[in-house]
Amino acid sequence: MKYIDEYRDGRLANGIAHQIAAIADAARAYDFMEFCGGHTHTIARYGLEDLLPDNVRMIHGPGCPVCVLPMGRIEAAIALAMRSEITLCIYGDLMRVPGTSGSSLLKAKAAGADIRIVYSTLDALRIAEAEPEREVVFFAIGFETTTPPTALALKTAIAKKLGNFSIFCNHMLTPAAIHNILENPDARKLGTIKIDGLIGPAHVSAVIGTKPYEFFAEKFCKPVVVAGFEPLDVMQAILMLVRQINDGRHAVENQYIRAVTRLGNEKAQAELANFFDLRESFEWRGLGALPYSGLRLRPQYEVYDAEKRFSMVTSRARDNSACECAAILCGVKKPAECKLFGTVCTPDTPMGSCMVSSEGACAAHWTYRRFRAKGRLADAGRAVA
Amino acid sequence: MLNVENGRVDLSHGAGGRAMRHLIEDIFHDAFDNIWLRAGNDQSAFAVSGGRMVMTTDGYVVSPLFFPGGDIGSLAVHGTINDIAMAAARPLYLSASFIIEEGFPLADLKRIAESMGVASREAGVPIITGDTKVVERGKADGVFISTAGVGMVPDGLDLRADAARPGDAVIISGSIGDHGMAVMSKRENLEFEAAIVSDSAPLHGLVAAMAEAGGRLIRLMRDPTRGGIAATLNEIASQSKVGFHIDENTIPVKPEVAAACELLGLDPLNVANEGKLVAVAAPEGAEAILAAMRAHPLGREAALIGRVVADDDCFVQMSTSFGGFRIVDWLSGEQLPRIC
Repeated sequence: MKYIDEYRDGRLANGIAHQIAAIADAARAYDFMEFCGGHTHTIARYGLEDLLPDNVRMIHGPGCPVCVLPMGRIEAAIALAMRSEITLCIYGDLMRVPGTSGSSLLKAKAAGADIRIVYSTLDALRIAEAEPEREVVFFAIGFETTTPPTALALKTAIAKKLGNFSIFCNHMLTPAAIHNILENPDARKLGTIKIDGLIGPAHVSAVIGTKPYEFFAEKFCKPVVVAGFEPLDVMQAILMLVRQINDGRHAVENQYIRAVTRLGNEKAQAELANFFDLRESFEWRGLGALPYSGLRLRPQYEVYDAEKRFSMVTSRARDNSACECAAILCGVKKPAECKLFGTVCTPDTPMGSCMVSSEGACAAHWTYRRFRAKGRLADAGRAVA
Repeated sequence: MLNVENGRVDLSHGAGGRAMRHLIEDIFHDAFDNIWLRAGNDQSAFAVSGGRMVMTTDGYVVSPLFFPGGDIGSLAVHGTINDIAMAAARPLYLSASFIIEEGFPLADLKRIAESMGVASREAGVPIITGDTKVVERGKADGVFISTAGVGMVPDGLDLRADAARPGDAVIISGSIGDHGMAVMSKRENLEFEAAIVSDSAPLHGLVAAMAEAGGRLIRLMRDPTRGGIAATLNEIASQSKVGFHIDENTIPVKPEVAAACELLGLDPLNVANEGKLVAVAAPEGAEAILAAMRAHPLGREAALIGRVVADDDCFVQMSTSFGGFRIVDWLSGEQLPRIC
């Protein structure tokens, strides 16, 4: 695959790994958080931690929209989908997200709810057009990356005067979450969190640019490197972070120059401003209610807002009390340090949010890295060649 | 008479009367034609020599019914033949049972039956008995097919799921993920125009060549259908109580399949195949078996992809093309529904 394989070249990766090992100061540790689930997945899938020296460690952040969606929103969607007039269009990875007491959209579908998996917002619009007798609701979720397609769907629905289409808006904002983690009083109280630098989001930054991170770099004196999702991107970003720390700098640097600029996609930003408003507060699973961290449809588009149109109620639901998702999402704990990890909580029966999506820290660790949890090195020399 | 060109299946075609007789004769007997069906009995008799037999059955619900490289009919023939062949057995006879939804176009049914007839004749495995049911509209989705088959195991061979031993070689017969992505490329709400063709094919010829070259040195074989080779290797690992160490660089994946997987966020290791097999073989037999596979049209891209290792945790581990290690896990939930 042209322009993809180049970023998965093991030989080049080894070169970067040697450079990191050569400049990393053995007398200190380097703890970096990758905010995005996309990076978490890449790190686990390609085994990047095997290429890093022991004192360069990755902390997996909360940047997985499916993981941080609170159970109350899932419950509200299930209740909506059970109404006979509703067709709920969702992205496939929402299907298995656990609500309270074992409920999920998958089970609601089996119980008769009309829930359809779509691959884009345009599929949902097509269904609304083809089935005018159905109330078609699109379950909008994601960070700044998936918000512009939702805006486009809304714009199209308005232009086509689609009276049976609406949006259940769950879009969230990354800068708000990063800010919360860096400033989190609970994490500070625990005293164990140490983040020396951040790998900034890839696709999100293509929309919002690198400028929003300048504030964190400055206020918290943390270097930020925006990186692409391919394994070489991540390796290079780690090298850039180590260099900044060695130089005593804390700047925002852009590794992902093939897609990201300082100001981002201003056209997309303008569309977002046209259709969405900030919510004063939005709950993140694991992190709690974060101020100005979520979006809703602007009041003039109320008729397209499923929450208003169907008087949806979102209750606050609590995660399993033994679940360490909150600490894991803040980087205070590692997946294997949770008592539920790999015992009652696996990708087949997720208890907490981090085990739900393949981008979640726990699911990635379980799926690709669980031999680590057993203190085993890959193979451990037992292969009979 | 049936109006095959424009007609549709209605409830009378399953009612046991004259309409059903016409459907069976004009469509199924015509397509599968052989002496057993011509005899017109409710069952078919055949003679067998002494030895071990295998029997298998499988249901087919693939959507869409027609996809690049095959259709539900050819798939129903190949899939059951392959389940027999994985015991190194020679497939002898098939049965076919149809559950048809009221309103299904007769032309499509004929096309499917003819495709089954061609597949069965090419494989040399006749369909010698069958059944037809029609259900009301909405109670099925077009047509579902169930096939069963019997086969004879050559003397001296006894392939078992728990036979993999540390040190054994792991061989794949060719590129992975072709079938799953071919079906995916034709799903109504997924419009990528990729030239991906299903690998659906009967593997008993390839297996016969392998058995001749490797004989008892073949420990076991599996066709990695739903769940892909990831599921197959995990299954074998837990049944044989061993682990695997495979090398990502050695696993053949067609560039167009890799690209389509990339686009959809799928891992080719989890994607279904319908004309591939995974073989575990004693190390001393691996070379001869591989050579025999590569000499067969369905095994030209056969590759040694790894080794069986001792592992109490039964992990399937893979050294990545990037130079790291990772686990290859079962898939959680359903990645691609109704792929076969």
